[in-house]
Amino acid sequence: MATQVVLLVGTRKGCFILESDEERRDWDVRGPYCDGWPVYNAAYDAQTATIFAAAASEWHGSGIWRSSDLGETWQLSSEGLGYGDDGELRMSKVTGLMAAHGRVVVGAEAAGLFESRDGGATWSLMSTLEGQPGRDDWNKPENQPPGHLGMAGLLPDPDDADRFWAIVQGFGIFETTDNGGSWTPRNRGLRADWPLENPEIGYCVHKLVMSPGDHDRLYQQNHCGMHRSDDGGRSWTEITEGLPCDFGFAAAAHPHDRDSFYVIPLDPGHNRCMPDGHASVWRTSDAGSSWRRLDAGLPQRNAYLGVLREGIAIDALDSPGLYFGTSTGQVFASADEGESWTEIASYLPGIASVEVAVIG
Amino acid sequence: MADLHLPVTLPTVFADLPRRLDVEAATVAEAIDRLDERWPGIRDRLCEPGPALRRHVNVYVDRERAELDTALRDDSRVDVISAISGG
Repeated sequence: MATQVVLLVGTRKGCFILESDEERRDWDVRGPYCDGWPVYNAAYDAQTATIFAAAASEWHGSGIWRSSDLGETWQLSSEGLGYGDDGELRMSKVTGLMAAHGRVVVGAEAAGLFESRDGGATWSLMSTLEGQPGRDDWNKPENQPPGHLGMAGLLPDPDDADRFWAIVQGFGIFETTDNGGSWTPRNRGLRADWPLENPEIGYCVHKLVMSPGDHDRLYQQNHCGMHRSDDGGRSWTEITEGLPCDFGFAAAAHPHDRDSFYVIPLDPGHNRCMPDGHASVWRTSDAGSSWRRLDAGLPQRNAYLGVLREGIAIDALDSPGLYFGTSTGQVFASADEGESWTEIASYLPGIASVEVAVIG
Repeated sequence: MADLHLPVTLPTVFADLPRRLDVEAATVAEAIDRLDERWPGIRDRLCEPGPALRRHVNVYVDRERAELDTALRDDSRVDVISAISGG
């Protein structure tokens, strides 16, 4: 079977699928799928060859769409996906999505994790991080900002099914080593530009990624700078110097080089677009000691593009392909590790997530 | 049998669900129960914990705004409306 490169693009109006071959030069666009529901995150589970899409309709609530035929047909389920009639928490949407080790985990707002072990047909509550510092605060309705405080990011340990990391928005990273039974905050060394009552928590982590070649090497894009960990998240070192600003959402780790990491800095104020209207991805090849702007083929004037936390993806081909989707519906692709770019979709709805799968 | 009318956003999610059907039920909640028996999961699309109707799902019984406990007559017309929102 010929190698197929598939992009899953979650948008405000459904999931789209972009397809190409190993050359990644010509792309076909299909969609919208998921009945046009807002899709916050779509992921491909290679183990079961299934696409999962975390979605939330303003009318009809949250659910996980799934397709086992690359988007030709879809099923929706929210069975078990809720905090119950008497629960203290109410679900507003599902965002984070992790398919690994034969199960799927989704993160929700209000902050909680749900697990499916039957391929997404039914769900059960895994954890709301009971007993963790900050939990009472992040669940207070009056503390919910416009972006809400949910479980936005999940990162699996490829070697250990019981270990993963979860981001609670505005509070930081928590690690479990017993599949959600207990948790430990992992925010030591992070910067916060606001007072903290408890130095263990209170950090605004936007995106957490792992180097596929070194599972102790983690990177993150934080509200306050880029950071690197060399010990599986137990401690963090800031690596922002050399970037145009410290803010951004999206991040990607190079699949073959533990010292290479990509980010898309954005203006930190209300703008939250690429600085000076100059579209750029930035790469470090020395674990954050220095940064280089990658902009060949990207619009360099009047391009006020935003990219959200799940908006960048990288494939694991020999010459890795990078992909990012914007809040204004463009998808840009590079088949040469970000050295040159082409626009492969121009008029999609606002994009929340981009994921890539190499099949065959 | 109540004359139940559904919004366009539901038949695209549930196979063979019509836009209009007759339902034997004494209340709005029972009508939704009858739907859920035939199309599992549809209650989740209409109701949130409480239970209550979802914020942007409005139900009218004989042109009057209704809640889950609103009574239905044999000849009631029930309109389920996706409230105007989004963009």
